[in-house]
Amino acid sequence: MASFQGMKINPTRFHKSQVKFFLFLIPMTLFVALPIIFIIFHAFKPSNELFAYPPKFFVKVPTLDNFRDLFTIASESGIPFSRYLFNSILVTTVGVFLSVVFTSLAAYSLSKLKFKGKKALFEINNLALMFVPIAVTIPRYLTIAKIGLIDNYLVLILPLLAMPVGLFLVKQFIDQTPNELIESAKIDGASEMQIFIKIIIPIVAPALATVGILSFQLIWNDTLGSTLYVNDDSLKTLAFYFSTLGARTGNNVAGQGIMAAASLISFLPNIIIFIFLQGKVMNTMAHSGIK
Amino acid sequence: MIRRMNHPAWFFTPYVVLFTTFIIIPVIIAIVLSFTYFNTIETPTLIGLKNYIELLTRDEVFMQYVLPNTFKFAFIVGPVGYMLSFILAWMLAQIPHKSRTVLAIILYSPSMTAGIAMGVIWTVLFSGDSTGYLNALLLNIGFIEEPIQFLTSPDYLMTIMIIVSLWGSMGVGFLAMLAGILNIDPSLYEAAYVDGLRNRWQEIFYITIPSMKPQMLFGAVMAVVGTFQVGAIGVQLSGANPTPQYAGQLLVNHIEDFGFIRYLMGYASAISVVLLILIYSISKATWSLFGERD
Repeated sequence: MASFQGMKINPTRFHKSQVKFFLFLIPMTLFVALPIIFIIFHAFKPSNELFAYPPKFFVKVPTLDNFRDLFTIASESGIPFSRYLFNSILVTTVGVFLSVVFTSLAAYSLSKLKFKGKKALFEINNLALMFVPIAVTIPRYLTIAKIGLIDNYLVLILPLLAMPVGLFLVKQFIDQTPNELIESAKIDGASEMQIFIKIIIPIVAPALATVGILSFQLIWNDTLGSTLYVNDDSLKTLAFYFSTLGARTGNNVAGQGIMAAASLISFLPNIIIFIFLQGKVMNTMAHSGIK
Repeated sequence: MIRRMNHPAWFFTPYVVLFTTFIIIPVIIAIVLSFTYFNTIETPTLIGLKNYIELLTRDEVFMQYVLPNTFKFAFIVGPVGYMLSFILAWMLAQIPHKSRTVLAIILYSPSMTAGIAMGVIWTVLFSGDSTGYLNALLLNIGFIEEPIQFLTSPDYLMTIMIIVSLWGSMGVGFLAMLAGILNIDPSLYEAAYVDGLRNRWQEIFYITIPSMKPQMLFGAVMAVVGTFQVGAIGVQLSGANPTPQYAGQLLVNHIEDFGFIRYLMGYASAISVVLLILIYSISKATWSLFGERD
């Protein structure tokens, strides 16, 4: 069955029967990639190329002018660029760490521990998979104001930590670990927390990496927190600063180069992290089904 | 300390507290506020179903633009994005590992840049003067004589919103489906071909989709949620809320319009509740659609 070998799922090497798939996939991928490639070129264009008519896709004489302007506009408004960058890095690092810890702890309890209301909790979380945060922006604001979190670093982190998708994925993943492993550790006198730290964490590392990525994207790209819950400009994040660039540069052609530079800076960490962890993400997604 | 941590509460408390504070309570407040008149200055006063009645009978913008726009947007972006995700994932599964990984990363990348980051590309691409790429191209080939105001014209805004959303629709659901297809036991296919499976279409409908039903469902829920999540896109592209002649006005923008521009929080909350119910019903409908297939 040589022909069957050629068209099977997950082939090990190239076969001419795959050409038709490449013929569809490559143009699609190009269509998806073009805007991103465009951003990269645009970010390095000097102003005469930005203003050129007809507009050119490629950059001829690359310069760092746009990046320099990006930094100076920030300082002119009183908050140095480095401050926004520092805020973003701080908030994202703490947020991703806490999100991974809280999510995996909860996922372990849902998967392997017995307690009252466990089933209800899982059901509610599944329901919350359909939750759209922007629908409740207003009541969320009221809640945050009531707790007194306005103008606090924590407000940029806490609302983004509970990720129903993350809990769901890690729980499904932990479900795959055999109970015998846990039972034998218990016989050796280990507590649930010790089992969680020593046995579960290493096994579910791919799922944790996935939650980490999702949480990174959520926090790093979030502008709502800085816009609504923080009035003190020195506490706001890079994503927020970038979102105001349109207004600051007057949305003109020169501004587009600066905004392209900003887009590039906010995009790069996302893609780099994903490239490094994509194997683990795919591993997690294999268990992502809703049963 | 760690040696004695056995109680489940050690594990679920942090998540449950945050989940309750930032998801459950806001949803409850939204439901309660939707029955009140609340202008953020005075205390809310109960007015019963008046907000809902007003929304469904008197709000012309809602009935004439927002609801039809939302349905049009959701019923194109949702299903098309979902099918596109499946087709791409299925094709990716047919090619060798290295090229698959590269293409999958590129296809997934727009979904992680959602929001402001990418706004700039589309505003430049569709810019209304002759420096806009599409306008320059069309002018050059002589297809048009005057640049088109793509982003501020009611005729084009919705179409552009749909294209941009589809561009970013290969997200978590896409990855889940790709992993699902790759994880199907190859012996299933062999057995099916021995049993008389004749072509790849039969293979997809009798083996592939039934074997990865859980991932298909997960992908469907993610597609529905993703569609409503990107609701702010019309405002982003056109730079105005309300969007020009309400052409790109979706439920999410209507909430902001009433909540943060007119400060009618009770009314805005009623729209929020309608939105949540809508997402829930559509997800459930998708769910049963897949449940019936086998």
